[in-house]
Amino acid sequence: MKLYEFEAKKIVRDYGIPVPDGMLARNIDEAVEAAKKIGVPVVLKSQVLVGRRGLAGGIRIAETLEDVAREAENLFNTRIRGEEVKYLLVEKKIDFKRELYLSLTIDRAARKYVFLASPLGGVEIEELVKQYPDKLLKLYIDPATGYSPYMSRTAAKFLGLSKETWKDLHSIMNSMYKLMIELDAELVEFNPLAVTDKGLIALDAKIRIDDNSLYRHPELQDKALRELSPREQVAKKYGFSYVELDGNIGIICNGAGLTMATMDLVAYYGGKPANFLDIGGGATRERVREATKLILTHERVKVVLINIFGGITRCDEVARGVIEAVEETGAHKPIVVRMLGTNEEEGRRILEEYGYKVFSEADEAVKKAVELARR
Amino acid sequence: MGILVDRNTRVLIQGITGREGSFHTKLMLEYGTKIVAGVTPGKGGQVVHGIPVYDTVKEAVEHVGSIDASVVFVPSRFARDAVLEAIDNGIKIVVVITEGISVHDEVVMVNHAKHNGTIMIGPNTPGVLTAGEAKLGIMPAHVFKKGCIGVISRSGTLTYEIARELGKKGYGVSTVVGMGGDPIIGMNYIELYDRFVRDPETKALVIIGEIGGDAEERFAKYYVGTGREKPIVAYIAGRTAPPGKRMGHAGAIISMGLGDYKSKREALEKAGIPVADKPSDVPRLLSEIL
Repeated sequence: MKLYEFEAKKIVRDYGIPVPDGMLARNIDEAVEAAKKIGVPVVLKSQVLVGRRGLAGGIRIAETLEDVAREAENLFNTRIRGEEVKYLLVEKKIDFKRELYLSLTIDRAARKYVFLASPLGGVEIEELVKQYPDKLLKLYIDPATGYSPYMSRTAAKFLGLSKETWKDLHSIMNSMYKLMIELDAELVEFNPLAVTDKGLIALDAKIRIDDNSLYRHPELQDKALRELSPREQVAKKYGFSYVELDGNIGIICNGAGLTMATMDLVAYYGGKPANFLDIGGGATRERVREATKLILTHERVKVVLINIFGGITRCDEVARGVIEAVEETGAHKPIVVRMLGTNEEEGRRILEEYGYKVFSEADEAVKKAVELARR
Repeated sequence: MGILVDRNTRVLIQGITGREGSFHTKLMLEYGTKIVAGVTPGKGGQVVHGIPVYDTVKEAVEHVGSIDASVVFVPSRFARDAVLEAIDNGIKIVVVITEGISVHDEVVMVNHAKHNGTIMIGPNTPGVLTAGEAKLGIMPAHVFKKGCIGVISRSGTLTYEIARELGKKGYGVSTVVGMGGDPIIGMNYIELYDRFVRDPETKALVIIGEIGGDAEERFAKYYVGTGREKPIVAYIAGRTAPPGKRMGHAGAIISMGLGDYKSKREALEKAGIPVADKPSDVPRLLSEIL
């Protein structure tokens, strides 16, 4: 789950990491008010969850209060990579000498925490690092021992920081690690971390919280829903995973790997998947019913393709859920079913009773669905 | 003889009294797995499918003697505690079926296992199966015929699908390992491949990957570097997955320019590992390399 910059900065400030003075504005008047209090020049930063906001024009500098009003209006009326701008963060403009990159994340391959530091702060760090791999320092942290101050000295030397700022960097990295653990974050990122005459300051802050840890942070749980589309919210409520795609063949499967493989198979045979939908392991009739309703009522879906390999999932339970969804929605869209595994016979019997053909081979079922979608 | 477990492996089930734990204990026993004890805190003294239940792993070990492996079914919030308990009581193989575990808990579990010389499989894995000998997990046994193909997979149901395709064409399996679908897992392709290389019963391997991370790319490099000791066929799911979206598995996400289908397929093919376009093509590619 992503946090907005203003939320991340509040947390970061509470952990003692320097950030610019700023205020949140929900409209143009509030933006001007904020700029008056902070004092121009200010930076207006659109608060969106999509990445690479600066390149998309989501950050403006305003030298005067008139600038503030004009730029705020512009930003409130733009969409940043499709996302509506509901808030602006109005911040004191900071003069800096250099921009650095500093983040803490989890390295999948090393299976440890890792600090990433680079003197190439600012935009597009991924690209720059690909081009100049020697400009990226990785410092791994074993969870058993945690952060240790030598890491900050190593980073400071690598970043070319003067001795006076070593302490600042230690305090920042120490806080980042603490924050990472206490908030169950998967990413704490400052890009840029600026070098100024008064020391280091985080001009931007990004925090992403691990979704599986949210139960430990009830204060954040409601926020997790805001990134989701209405259909994704239904999915979350009933415990299945749903991702919207742009085709017309609705897909329902069990297991993430099989679901992706089914999408790929649809594309292989010339069709276009409308979605990714994984009912998960051991889905109940209710969950299957809600999942099927979601797909059946999707205006773009012409054909529903169900591919189930029952291990922990029971085919009869799936069949009953599907039939209930059809009856509740009264939808007349064709449904192609492939079903194998636990309680397959019973599942097949139920569906055939209602006139659905049940396939045993995935290839055959997918070909049929693609053919129906073409009609 | 499997690469990790066999018919003599003495197995503990953690979370044995729960819905999944108890159901799969029965299926594992039917397969021939030597389950010797179960643990559920507060349920000590009960018996599940003839298996004695203890409150703690320590008590289980004291009563039934040495335990080689544990299968963890406990809910995600308690999984870390259960895994640490197994490791601290000297169990050398821990198979973590539970899904939805906090990534921080996973980091702690994996590193603690490593420091103590414990092999951890998963989390979010369908488990480990040595054909005809033992099953530690939830795989539907009937789709796996005994044979000489080793399988390493990041997914559950897709593994069953491909194992069935193999069986249809007369290919059986030696050992099947689900690595788990999470970003942080105990054993990866490289570590498991090394064991398959040493396994005389495995002639070739099938690896089943998916988008997200760079585990397939890293394995491809390792495979070439170690002299391509056993032939491999691969299948990768997620060719049509869009970037930035988590496809069910926490690990299946294309992010920061890392983990897309093309990069994985190219890396594997460059390493001399043919990649099947669809699951039903795997047996044909296998017949071409064997």
